[in-house]
Amino acid sequence: MAVSSLSFGDREYVGIQEVQGPLFVIEGIHDVGYNELVEIVDDSGLRKLGITLEVAKGKAVVQVFGTTGGLSLAGSRVKFKGRPFELGVGSGMLGRIFNGLGAPIDEMPAPVPEKISDVNGLPINPTARDYPRKFIQTGISSIDIMTTLVRGQKLPIFSGNGLPHDILSAQIARQAKIIGETQGFAVVFAAMGVKHDVARFFIDSFQESGALADAAVFLSLADAPSIERIITPRVALTCAEFLAFEKGMHILVIMTDMGNYCEALREISTLRGEIPARKGYPGYLYSDLSSLYERAGLIKGREGSITQMPILTMPNDDITHPVPDLTGYITEGQVVLERELSQKGVYPPIAGLPSLSRLMKDNIGSGLTRDDHPHLASQLFACYARVKDVRALSLVIGREELSALDRQYLEFGDVFEKQFLSQGEQEERSLEQSLGLGWKILTLLPKEELHRISADETAQYYGK
Amino acid sequence: MANPFKVIGSVVRVAGPLVEAEGGLHAHMLEMVEVGDNRVVGEIVRLQGNRIKIQVYEDTTSLKPGAPVYGSGMPLAVELGPGLIGAIYDGIQRPLEVIRASSGQYVQKGIHALALDRKRKWRFQPVLKPGATAGGGTIIGLVPETALIEHRVLVPPGVQGKVKAIAAEGDYTIDEEVAVILDNNDQEHTVSMCQRWPVRQGRPFLAKLRLSEPLITGQRVIDTLFPVPKGGAVAVPGGFGTGKTVVQHQIAKWCDARIIVFIGCGERGNEMTDVLVNFPKLTDPRSQRPLMERTILIANTSNMPVAAREASIYTGITMAEYYRDMGYSVAVMADSTSRWAEALRELSGRMEELPADEGFPAYLPTRLAEFYERAGSVNTLSGKPGSITIIGSISPPGGDFSEPVTQHSKRYVRCFWSLDRDLANARHYPAVSWTDSYSEYLSDVAVWWDGNFDPQWLSMRNRIIELLQQEARLQQVAKLVGPDALPDAQKIVLEAAAIFRNGFLQQSAFDKVDTFSVPAKQIKMLKIILTFYEKSLEAVKAGASLADVQRSPLRSAVLRMKSACSNEEIEKLDALLKEVGNFKVEAGV
Repeated sequence: MAVSSLSFGDREYVGIQEVQGPLFVIEGIHDVGYNELVEIVDDSGLRKLGITLEVAKGKAVVQVFGTTGGLSLAGSRVKFKGRPFELGVGSGMLGRIFNGLGAPIDEMPAPVPEKISDVNGLPINPTARDYPRKFIQTGISSIDIMTTLVRGQKLPIFSGNGLPHDILSAQIARQAKIIGETQGFAVVFAAMGVKHDVARFFIDSFQESGALADAAVFLSLADAPSIERIITPRVALTCAEFLAFEKGMHILVIMTDMGNYCEALREISTLRGEIPARKGYPGYLYSDLSSLYERAGLIKGREGSITQMPILTMPNDDITHPVPDLTGYITEGQVVLERELSQKGVYPPIAGLPSLSRLMKDNIGSGLTRDDHPHLASQLFACYARVKDVRALSLVIGREELSALDRQYLEFGDVFEKQFLSQGEQEERSLEQSLGLGWKILTLLPKEELHRISADETAQYYGK
Repeated sequence: MANPFKVIGSVVRVAGPLVEAEGGLHAHMLEMVEVGDNRVVGEIVRLQGNRIKIQVYEDTTSLKPGAPVYGSGMPLAVELGPGLIGAIYDGIQRPLEVIRASSGQYVQKGIHALALDRKRKWRFQPVLKPGATAGGGTIIGLVPETALIEHRVLVPPGVQGKVKAIAAEGDYTIDEEVAVILDNNDQEHTVSMCQRWPVRQGRPFLAKLRLSEPLITGQRVIDTLFPVPKGGAVAVPGGFGTGKTVVQHQIAKWCDARIIVFIGCGERGNEMTDVLVNFPKLTDPRSQRPLMERTILIANTSNMPVAAREASIYTGITMAEYYRDMGYSVAVMADSTSRWAEALRELSGRMEELPADEGFPAYLPTRLAEFYERAGSVNTLSGKPGSITIIGSISPPGGDFSEPVTQHSKRYVRCFWSLDRDLANARHYPAVSWTDSYSEYLSDVAVWWDGNFDPQWLSMRNRIIELLQQEARLQQVAKLVGPDALPDAQKIVLEAAAIFRNGFLQQSAFDKVDTFSVPAKQIKMLKIILTFYEKSLEAVKAGASLADVQRSPLRSAVLRMKSACSNEEIEKLDALLKEVGNFKVEAGV
């Protein structure tokens, strides 16, 4: 039975009943709520944080954000804080580096909080949302023309181990802008279970471009306790929400790597003996992921916006793995990186066909980007799909046996990959340049093949 | 109104959306309850000794053991009356617009708001006189709800007798009495314009009817190849990015049902915003009125509480039944039933029930059957026919259709629009696969097409399907030997199928003209393509080559007719048909 002593409204107990992995059970308590913040001090005086996962009469199951090493059944002191996990947020968080729970680790004093917020957030009322409306020019042709990113969108990068997703997302963070607007994007960066050098790469890249002063960085690296990762994206998004919706800033949130986040969830779920869905992941993985991704967007009557770019590496490049699969069902499209292209030396190796932006349809074309953009994009997709078919055919019957038209398609495909998809890591192409390049490559094919382009557009742009 | 809530127990355990309470010998199964000081809404899902298990429709953060549980004595029910149309509700019928006005941009916990506006006055016009016989479902008066929809005020089911008094034409709120019915036991029942109905129970009707009239969706691949009749049920499975939501939106926009109930069940917030932004701007092609005037939206997005997601499907279908009972055709879009099934799975897991396939509860097929069986074309209690068509999308994990939700849904629907990843990758939308989709309603709706348009409809449709199948077979061969090695007659098959795919099946949702095709346009286009195929075949037999046919300017006219001829310019298609009928190719020019 735990012994209780009261201090300033917190209820403190000494002694716990059971410890298993990152979870412990405490009995003999009362007035403890579900999802309540818990502070634990072990025998050596080390302080840890946790939350209640389940409460019953006189009993609670607590999940510790850190190691439970050092906890003893008799000597652990447990304090229930009477509130959920909260974060003090303020404008001073920009330019700072925090750990996965939101405490500063850059040897400077904690920023002055302007507001205390529950890190779990609340669902945005669908009627309060504003539909994302502004085309973001990333300077990368394949994204701008074929997988357009829109302000307020959540567009993940599906990648594989060894593919340049970090370089790509840093390039997007550096180059992203709205044509005709001076206010750029501030970056909120959350690292979950990635290596130190990956975090270093991002921080250096922000520093070089001068973006670090406008970035808030949250690091829960590979050697941090895995359970901390469950709170890291929530802390980062709480900070982003404050900056966007209270301070009117445009925020780009980069979260890497969502696969590690999901593994931490699976770990907890397995320990609790929950019935798993696919590959051991809990049945609520979809709901849980959406509680993060759906925090992107725009709100009516508020200036700012949150654009999300989660990064996830697909185990074994498998897009049907539960993590990319469920992510794809929640996010508004995906940018898929392809190993084969990368091996051909194409950077960024953005796979043409499986990449998709759902918000593109309403945000390109006349008055938004350029009137020919929708048809051009659709035509490039159609032609590239044909290239894939022809390539498969030429493997079987040989290039020589192909019809003249099919050989033209093959050439189109090669040029498309080498000139349109490929560009430098520092190269920033304007929308006009990218559209022009698209048209230039289409002229490799005869006019009659381009049925998705209107006659007027052909007259105006084809071969010009 | 008296508060019916009384304390029936106290909380002993909280695990996410599942709450256990003690002390409930007077609790009812499926009773609606409120829990704790925040009074979050829930429903009793299991009774065991004095233990009650409650699924809570809101976030349970900070809920503590010892908190009181208030019973309502009633099952979870929705309010039905004028004002539903044009509104947007969450999964348990809380009006989201009203909630936003009272509590801002986020959905806070424990918010209560009545579904229908109590202050608004509606123009009621009686249609019965005192002394008339009236029973459950009888129409007693009319209210212009929107410019498109005349709301027919119904006697609630279960009452049978004669009209004792009825209000004169005038403006009334929904709580005011508009009629008194004296039943056969001399008991008086007051009738207002508002009634409640438990969501998990279907509303009564006289009899189910045979399905015959197609639901015209304006989407060619659906109406022509895989039609669904009014009162039918369809499942639309597709992996992410295959365009399920666009298909659902297109049907909600253009189909010829009188009322649309759109249930956003565990999907994206921005998709609901899209509907909210665009529907008021779009006009119904038949009446030229804004589409919102016939639409009810239910938005329980993926980040909203999971138990309310489970309820949202029932909330939606109950509202649909209410309008069906007035004699309307209603189309229900459920996007997505997989998220609903996952909500079932999550709640079942938390109740520690033994799982069946992939962790889903063993009663998943029963629940699916109950849901899809609420579709149908019926003779309502008012004597008018009404119908509910259900279009349920499915999001199979990994795009694998062998998973339980797809497999079980297939047992209870007779129409299946399978969305194909390869088509979507080639940006062929709607990505409805012509090899995996089917409709068992073909012969039922053929009668309608025969009577209204052309007795040749079914045979033309079947010829096209045959052509597409031939193409699939020839493509297998072409993959091995190259398309050039095929004889010209077979090349023409490939060519015609390609024209049909690009010029007919592919339909742009974002092109003003192409987005919606009336049946007359569809059948003409079908005829033109078939004629072009026959004429090309003749030409090739007479010695012309494929290249000769491809050079013809008529070919590109056929390919572009979908967006070149609007629904109002069908005569242009007649002219084109004539030209194609006279199509001749000079060989080897």
